[in-house]
Amino acid sequence: MKTGGTQRSDSKSDQHLIEFRGVTKVYGEGHASMQALRGIDLCIDEGEFVAIMGPSGSGKSTCMNILGCLDTPTAGTYLFRDVDVSQLTRNQRALLRRYYQGFVFQGYNLLNRTSAFENVELPLIYRGAPAHERREQALKALDTVGLKGWESHTPGELSGGQQQRVAIARAIVTEPAVLLADEPTGNLDTARSREIMELLNSLNINQGITIIMITHELDMAAYAKHIIHFLDGLVSSDEQNGRAK
Amino acid sequence: MLWNTILLALREIRRNILRSFLTVLGIVIGVAAVITMVTIGGGATVQIQQQIASMGSNLLMMSPGKRLGPGQTTGNIPFKESDADAIAREISLVAAVAPVSSQSIMAIFGNQNWTTQVSGTNNQYLKVTNRSIGAGREFSDSELRSGAAVCIIGETVRKKLFGGQGALGEKIRLQKLSCDVIGLLEGKGQSTMGMDQDDIVVIPLSTFHRRISGNQDVGLIQISVQQGTSTEKAQSDIGRLMRERRHLSASDDDNFNVMDMKEITKMLTGTTQLLTALLGAVAAVSLLVGGIGIMNIMLVSVTERTREIGVRLAIGALENDVLTQFLVEAVVLSSLGGLVGIALATAASFVAARLMQVPYIFNPGINLLSFLFSAAIGVIFGFFPARRAARLDPIDALRHE
Repeated sequence: MKTGGTQRSDSKSDQHLIEFRGVTKVYGEGHASMQALRGIDLCIDEGEFVAIMGPSGSGKSTCMNILGCLDTPTAGTYLFRDVDVSQLTRNQRALLRRYYQGFVFQGYNLLNRTSAFENVELPLIYRGAPAHERREQALKALDTVGLKGWESHTPGELSGGQQQRVAIARAIVTEPAVLLADEPTGNLDTARSREIMELLNSLNINQGITIIMITHELDMAAYAKHIIHFLDGLVSSDEQNGRAK
Repeated sequence: MLWNTILLALREIRRNILRSFLTVLGIVIGVAAVITMVTIGGGATVQIQQQIASMGSNLLMMSPGKRLGPGQTTGNIPFKESDADAIAREISLVAAVAPVSSQSIMAIFGNQNWTTQVSGTNNQYLKVTNRSIGAGREFSDSELRSGAAVCIIGETVRKKLFGGQGALGEKIRLQKLSCDVIGLLEGKGQSTMGMDQDDIVVIPLSTFHRRISGNQDVGLIQISVQQGTSTEKAQSDIGRLMRERRHLSASDDDNFNVMDMKEITKMLTGTTQLLTALLGAVAAVSLLVGGIGIMNIMLVSVTERTREIGVRLAIGALENDVLTQFLVEAVVLSSLGGLVGIALATAASFVAARLMQVPYIFNPGINLLSFLFSAAIGVIFGFFPARRAARLDPIDALRHE
């Protein structure tokens, strides 16, 4: 990978995609401090479909932000393909996001007044891809999420479900190793949610993209093969889901 | 990669066309105001300098009386025409000497009348005051000697008395004197001291003495010194000659006063310099106000865009990618605003110069300066808030409301 000068943990033969060892996150200082994560250990392998569940304030969003390198842990080790992310510089973390990760937000976070096509094209611009390649890949990603023909629409002209599809297209256009989705269906009705879940499921199965998703709803978590429950900043259960859809 | 960043910057400008327009507008107004003001001020200064030049810097004015201060005299024993002749004869540095006696008199033609300055003098007067005959002729020697009833009139007098009619050969009345108009003076325009130099009627000095004043007094002697010679030397030579002619002993003060146009020039130059400084101060203030306007828009728009910066960071933009993009946006908007401002200022100062009848003079210095100043403000205040935002953790930038 492009992140030179990083440390690799030696010897471990069974390489995980992601490994957390005693990750903590504390917000604030002194008496006002709040421990969002109190020592998380977890392993996620390539190609998994993981659902993270838990009540509000259990630390699952904080965990997700750390997974997506949007936030940094207070202590503990975060290994991404055996690279210690906490040792990376800001720019190296940005490059990790650029080349290996896609992030889908609950609130979509698309650029306003910007067409679906340009939103999806954006990560490729930061990669420095030439124009024809960007065009081809962005159109392909929009096609994958079922938005063929909507390329020139701006977020304001799209429904919530469509906006979330654009956001997913933006996250997968770079063919990332992992797609991180923070309550992707949180703002959507049941029918739209189901469509989004089917889409994530097919990305997982057909393109082999590892998917890590936060959800409140058991219905949605049922798509995942691996379900992790959070409670009060700790992992309360971590189990395989044999009955995954 | 740089090209891609420029592409992103241009897209942002296009998609936020109103915000872009407001930013550009702030710069346009700041730049245009400053350039227009300084250009008009510069034109006015040049006009004043031209007027001084047209009066002739080699002019000396000798008036009777003690000198109290610049232009102030008292206790006058008037000159005679022979004094002027003596100066012309004996002072070699002198190019032309005109004895002048003046009085304010109502000139009448038909049913029109106009009160004007009537000066009795000779043909040298034209040379001394840098004027020329526009139509007709000067006085002949016999007219000057005999005190003939002839006159040469200025443009203002011609307009007031004759309007569109021809004036040459007509008779106008000055008190009891009825005289033929034999010449028209070329128009000179408003002088710096607010006097209309064209509001004048010139008649032979002998005519003035006999028909108007009734004495032989000469109120003022105007002297032009030869080009390229020292007016100070001429001034002291004339002073010595006049002391002799007026029989002053060594202990007496001068009872006449030779004033150099340089003194007047100095006074007027001081005034224009003050004017320029004042305009400069006003210009600086408006540039500052324009700058604050640009600053506000830039600060507000960057603060608004913190979330956008968060999104860009989240999908893999480096801090530098974001900064370059904001820098390019600021540079494009600022220079666009600067260029439009210069264009607007050029048009506005051209029109204003026409209306105010001052020459239009392009001032490259102020154009460059105000352009650079507003561009710098646009860039600085577009860049630094963006840098602050780009240095946040992506999640903090995303949470920003």
